[in-house]
Amino acid sequence: MPETITRKETPVTSKPATSNMSVFAPAIGWLIPGAGHLIQKRWIRGLLLMGSVVIMFVLGLLMQGRVYRPNGGDILDILGFVGDIGAGGLYIVTRALDAGHGIVAHATADYGTKYIIVAGLLNFISVADAYHIAIGKKS
Amino acid sequence: MILTHFNAALLFSIFASTVFGITQREGARDQFRYGLYCFAMFMGGLLVAGWVMWALRH
Repeated sequence: MPETITRKETPVTSKPATSNMSVFAPAIGWLIPGAGHLIQKRWIRGLLLMGSVVIMFVLGLLMQGRVYRPNGGDILDILGFVGDIGAGGLYIVTRALDAGHGIVAHATADYGTKYIIVAGLLNFISVADAYHIAIGKKS
Repeated sequence: MILTHFNAALLFSIFASTVFGITQREGARDQFRYGLYCFAMFMGGLLVAGWVMWALRH
């Protein structure tokens, strides 16, 4: 009795989209908060993200918040630097202008430090969102 | 620039809620609703924490 050989169709594995945009959008979004959305024509979202992150960062500086330098000391200082670096271009410009030497002389100066860290962390989330849009995971 | 504790927390809530709303949901309506939800949670937590601290002090 002849056996019929049935060939199973192997599912086509979809490669993750590695278009230029999936690299460029997060990179530009990190450097300029919100720009990762703007270059993908998400105008309103991009402007809202840009406004939120930039205003928060600037308010932090105006409140005499401290900008963390690269360091290998206390774990909280290291984490502070990781948060700050999320703001990308804002952090680079601030360091270039040698600003952010806030001394905690009053309670809101400590708020300023936290504002700057959180602005960077929010920008990390925004960068991840820009990447998801670029690869088509999110509209 | 010196803000009161409440104003600092209020501004923080507005900006964080905006980013959370946009990034954690799809569709303008859901994004807006989630942003409002986060803002309400921030402000609710702020008021509860404030009253708890007041109660501990008195």
